Amino acid sequence: MGAMIRVVVAKPGLDGHDRGAKVVARALRDAGHEVIYTGLRRTASQIVETVRDEDASFLGLSSLSGAHSHLFPKVCEELRKLGLNDVIVFGGGIIPKTDRQALFSCGIKAIFGPGTSTAEILSFIEIASEKDGIGVGESSDWYWQGV
Amino acid sequence: MFMDLADITTELINSNTPSGSVEESPTLGHYMVAPRKDEWKTLGGLDIPLQSDENTLSEVGYARSNVGDAGSKPYTRGIHATMYRSRLWTMRQYAGFSSAKATNERFKLLLERGQKGLSVAFDLPTQLGLDADDELSLGEVGKVGVSISSIDDMRLLLDGIPLDQVSTSMTINSPAIILLAMYVAVAEEQGVSADKVIGTIQNDILKEYIARGTYVFPPKQSMRLITDVFEYCAENIPLWNTISISGYHIREAGSTAVQEIAFTLANALAYVEAAIDVGLDIDTFAPRLSFFFNCHNDFFEEASKFRAARRLWHDLISQRYQPKNPKSAMLRFHTQVAGVSLTAQQPLNNIARVTIQALAAVCGGTQSLHTNSYDEALGLPTEESATVALRTQQIIAEESGVADIADPLGGSYHVEALTERIYQEALLQIQEIERLGGAMAAIEQGWQQREIHNAAFKHLSDVESGDRKIVGVNHGIMDEEDDTEVLKLDPTVGEMQCLRLKELRENRDEVKSQLCIDAIGLASAGTDNLFPLILEAVKSNCTLGEIMNAMRSEFGEWMAPSGF
Repeated sequence: MGAMIRVVVAKPGLDGHDRGAKVVARALRDAGHEVIYTGLRRTASQIVETVRDEDASFLGLSSLSGAHSHLFPKVCEELRKLGLNDVIVFGGGIIPKTDRQALFSCGIKAIFGPGTSTAEILSFIEIASEKDGIGVGESSDWYWQGV
Repeated sequence: MFMDLADITTELINSNTPSGSVEESPTLGHYMVAPRKDEWKTLGGLDIPLQSDENTLSEVGYARSNVGDAGSKPYTRGIHATMYRSRLWTMRQYAGFSSAKATNERFKLLLERGQKGLSVAFDLPTQLGLDADDELSLGEVGKVGVSISSIDDMRLLLDGIPLDQVSTSMTINSPAIILLAMYVAVAEEQGVSADKVIGTIQNDILKEYIARGTYVFPPKQSMRLITDVFEYCAENIPLWNTISISGYHIREAGSTAVQEIAFTLANALAYVEAAIDVGLDIDTFAPRLSFFFNCHNDFFEEASKFRAARRLWHDLISQRYQPKNPKSAMLRFHTQVAGVSLTAQQPLNNIARVTIQALAAVCGGTQSLHTNSYDEALGLPTEESATVALRTQQIIAEESGVADIADPLGGSYHVEALTERIYQEALLQIQEIERLGGAMAAIEQGWQQREIHNAAFKHLSDVESGDRKIVGVNHGIMDEEDDTEVLKLDPTVGEMQCLRLKELRENRDEVKSQLCIDAIGLASAGTDNLFPLILEAVKSNCTLGEIMNAMRSEFGEWMAPSGF
């Protein structure tokens, strides 16, 4: 496996479903990464401050409340505003296929739906961490299309 | 691409070949097949024997008197003597999205198709007591339910629905007291007095801290709002179920069946204690307590769980409080099948899962039931998928025959043994919670949250190792075109709600509404029952957010430990 990576797992917006966020956080931690879980109901600016303060290189956003199309782009925007351009952002939850392209376009690099294995999320992190220029404020339009 | 028939046939042949070794028995002269795996456990991790018999029952301490008969103590077999022969369970589909008007139309459609009661899903801003025009509501208005910020929205939601005939369940917790006040106020406008309205508010804050997340106020103040509702309803809204103590979300968050029962009943005991502490008599409020459980895939474990829960609640309440009214110790419950069991892969398979789960709930004697739509792992259900879900219940009720007999699984060695074990294991966990100082103290330590998270992680590990098979996820996988349609919401609902609020505020008697808000602030600092003041406030067009803020300024806010 690759090097230890610092990952923030966050729950933006008002959604209270955190089973997925917590098991993913635990699986990443068990795989040797350093994981910070924000807890529920964080605003975009609170999440971005956590990413900055924790010096994280990945940010995972979880939403099952249907507000992803509003919340995820907002977090990406705030990251860029703070100059955290190299942070790699991924998302998970109930996110209809039809909404995903727009999220990739605003800088999200992977979307993991229900039934995703933790192995796939770990592969994504390993592969993405070796790529250049795929941070939220960088130019690459690469995104994860599955294993 | 879908598999062609040849592939499917090959797969079926392969899956029929036992994975264990095949040996010829020297003595019996026929083939003995080794079991497919070494350990057999229920979904919740209870060991199960190859077959149960009289010995199994005596080992677990079964006695015929632990079971009784339907309609008599300890209600293991059901709370009504004639069960579904007199009245089927209430088919109650949780619905709500977008605007009050759109949800009102869906409600009318569901009633027209034979649904008997309503169940309102509110959006997250409403559930957290935020007005639609609050900054935190941006992007969330009308998403997971209907947006209700004022009595005006409630009027539209209930328009044309006869509130003296239809019972309404509202999934609302932190601001439950406010939404109930709006409902009662609108009913009065329709000419239905408060003593005639029938329904339920969830009003269960403890499980919000544990598993669901829509808490606002600290525990003590939240409990005060709940006992205010108990007290007011006992006198003025006697047919209302003042709380629906919920294991559903505890289970969705990852608990086992035993934990679901144990944590829920421990929470229920905390509400009972709180009500007794403010001077209420057990028989004034306990008959209006109702429960809400999950129903997952393990058919026998789930049916047994409901039987065990009824007996356990009966025993706990009768031993501790000696109620005079038998209804005080009767566990009445609503069931929703397990949302978490739905797969995004091959979504039509979910219809089979929902059927098995709904059947277990009916065999377990549920009073009302929500069946999930097959497309809910993808997005909000469409009209078509919501109809299939309701039809599934009607097929069970009218065609399967299971509703014709009370407690159809009673007397099965397996079910009686499981019922007994779930009872005992749940009781042990309740005792553990009491050692920690009760449900609230355990929550503050993050205990239930951690236990649930550990169970969720164990389940994930079992699925990932292949020990637990889920069709479409780690078994029976195939490439599929992803063409399931999900419900598209009106993107303008947020703006529309903001405009409606602006109009409401411009047209109301500002002095009057401000007086109401001040009175609520003052009473929040004291001990007077808040319900009459909130009722007056909603009638004076105070908004949900304004009333919440008045209480918040006295109560403060709280953040529960996540258990991670």
